[in-house]
Amino acid sequence: MNFFRRIHSLVRKEFQSLLSTKSGKMLLIMPVILQTALFPFAATLEVKNASLAVFNEDHGRASVEMMQRFAASGAFTRIIPVWSGAEVEEAIGTRDALLAVHIPADFSRKIAAGETSPVQVVLDGRRSNSSQIAFSYLQSVLEVYLKDRAAAAGHVLPSDMITRNWFVPNLEYTHFILPSLVAIITTIGSLIITALSLAREREQGTFDQLLVSPLTPEMIMVGKMVPAVLVGFFQATLILAAAVFIYDVPFRGHLVLLYGAMFFYALALAGVGLFISSLSKTQQQAFLGAFVFMVPAILLSGYTAPVENMPVWLQHLTWVNPVRHFVEVVKGVYLKDASVVRVFSLVWPLMVISLASLTAAALMFRKKTG
Amino acid sequence: MNAISWRRLKALCWKETLQIFRDPSSILVAFFMPVLMLFIFGYGINLDASRLRVGLRVEDSGVDAIGFTAALTGSPWLEVRIYESQQAMERAMVDSQIRGFIVIQQDFSRKLGKRGETAPLQVVADGSEPNIAQFVKATVNGVWQDWQMQRAEDRGEEVAREIQFEPRYWFNSSAQSRNFIIPGSITVIMTVIGALLTSLVVAREWERGTMEALLASPVTRVELLLSKILPYYALGMVSLFLCVVVARWVLDVPFCGTILGLWVVGSFFLLSVLGIGLAISTGMRNQFNAAQAALNAAFLPAVMLSGFIYEISSMPVFLRGVTHIIPARYFVSSMQTIFQAGTIWKLLWPDILMLMGTTIVFLGLTAKLTKRRME
Repeated sequence: MNFFRRIHSLVRKEFQSLLSTKSGKMLLIMPVILQTALFPFAATLEVKNASLAVFNEDHGRASVEMMQRFAASGAFTRIIPVWSGAEVEEAIGTRDALLAVHIPADFSRKIAAGETSPVQVVLDGRRSNSSQIAFSYLQSVLEVYLKDRAAAAGHVLPSDMITRNWFVPNLEYTHFILPSLVAIITTIGSLIITALSLAREREQGTFDQLLVSPLTPEMIMVGKMVPAVLVGFFQATLILAAAVFIYDVPFRGHLVLLYGAMFFYALALAGVGLFISSLSKTQQQAFLGAFVFMVPAILLSGYTAPVENMPVWLQHLTWVNPVRHFVEVVKGVYLKDASVVRVFSLVWPLMVISLASLTAAALMFRKKTG
Repeated sequence: MNAISWRRLKALCWKETLQIFRDPSSILVAFFMPVLMLFIFGYGINLDASRLRVGLRVEDSGVDAIGFTAALTGSPWLEVRIYESQQAMERAMVDSQIRGFIVIQQDFSRKLGKRGETAPLQVVADGSEPNIAQFVKATVNGVWQDWQMQRAEDRGEEVAREIQFEPRYWFNSSAQSRNFIIPGSITVIMTVIGALLTSLVVAREWERGTMEALLASPVTRVELLLSKILPYYALGMVSLFLCVVVARWVLDVPFCGTILGLWVVGSFFLLSVLGIGLAISTGMRNQFNAAQAALNAAFLPAVMLSGFIYEISSMPVFLRGVTHIIPARYFVSSMQTIFQAGTIWKLLWPDILMLMGTTIVFLGLTAKLTKRRME
């Protein structure tokens, strides 16, 4: 019983130091709110509001109709008419337009003669992902136009295929981002809390007081872990609630499964945080150490770019990255109602990571306290 | 306000420099982290679709079904796995083993080519990865259209395409996402050095009580600020050039610009983020809170709102408004120009002007906060 009472008072003390100042309290909640409010809108690879520059040297009906179709499609909010190659350069160079279309003077004549008429499309390579997506919009407008022309002329048409999307039917980015944010934001919170907790005591000299108290090193570690795990759960719950009730992203899986996995995730993070903390002498070292771990971990989690696009050796390396496994868990449970077997296949690496990092932290801790 | 004493300033700068070099963590962040991040952005963040894993189930045994199956498996963009049972295929998609599946339905060969019928072909993409889902649809559709054209030609039918787009990339002719992500990622690295490292320095002096000692000395406000800015400016600049060297010669990202352009743009950006870091540090006086605030006010916006991965013009209006006060936004666009188009001042000066503005705003804010704290 003594064990729990002592840990309980240590946990209380930790919470007091976290919540003692107004800015401390604000920092536990404000970032979560700010990020849940802004990032789902920011993090989109869709292309909206793009501008298209059009340099039309042909004045035949075909080119005019094609341009009207581009304008009417809604894929581009602004069509910029330009009159020379120099103006095309200017429009792309200054990022005024994402794409530019150049219709040559013999465009209509070639079509009338039954030849294939080439249309040059300039893409801004500095933003190759966006310009490629915008180009695919343009291409699909052209396909429809060509089909309509063929139909009018009575030609046989190739048939269309129908595609559907599962899990997120209209491919909305918010549905993809919010579950990932649950993983990302809790990472920042819990990792920094554990990483800085021991270092702060050491820098302020209160660490020695802890050591002469009846607390064993293991108890101190547990006492430092509990608040981080609780803060992580709290922040994750906030984002989940916002996702379900404000953003209307339907939750398909089982909450129990998600929170169960979250426990092991928080444990893994606390392990890494304590390990960093046990290595550092000052808060600056702890913070920067946590940062050097966190940024690659988040970037290589499959959140910014899919893990399967990485080179194979790097895909294997991401196995030691707890964020990667948990992003998969949240997305799987939230969007796809992943099965227990699937979730467990992602959770056991988390168990291994937490066991390894906690052991390492305990060893370092013992070595330092002698 | 007193005049600056160069002797005092030199001494203070020296002290700050010593502190930087004596702490392994600042060296870690200034020199190791940039190289690590460049490698991560160079190899790990890839938006270009690689081979897409898709499932395929064939219910029809006609010639056309076999032909189309061969077209799919032969595509260099697809890695096709063939499933016998629908259930197994669907489970593979829930488990993220495949990103989409195609079912060639029973009456495929019979219905094909009949007027007014849509193809008896079912294509389902995993919507939980929107970017990949788009690529799956586009790729399968491409194979489908090409195959139909080929089939029509083989049967001697006349197929003419009236209009053909000829895409051409400017500035980044190979259209690799790496070439625009790396110049952008340097922004994130510079933000880390400029804002994160400095967010701790003033707070640390307050926490440890050395600020009171400094205040009791004849050091003026300007000297104090300059002593925090100059060493970190130098550190950031060294790091910037290190990044460019690694990007150009190790990661083979084309660099068309000049050192001068890099120096001008880099300086104003670095001074802006130093301003943010120091303002946070002066305002918070507590390292734990300053660190968290710097992360949220400087680092995350540099990743999310700077336009280096996520296009700013696609964001809603209010968010586009927010991006205007984020210095990283201007640095990303000028770095992309410098790397891929060259030091073209006509394109750069609007960004430079804005960066000058943010420099004045954030350094001014720091000066104001320092004044209040010192009184």
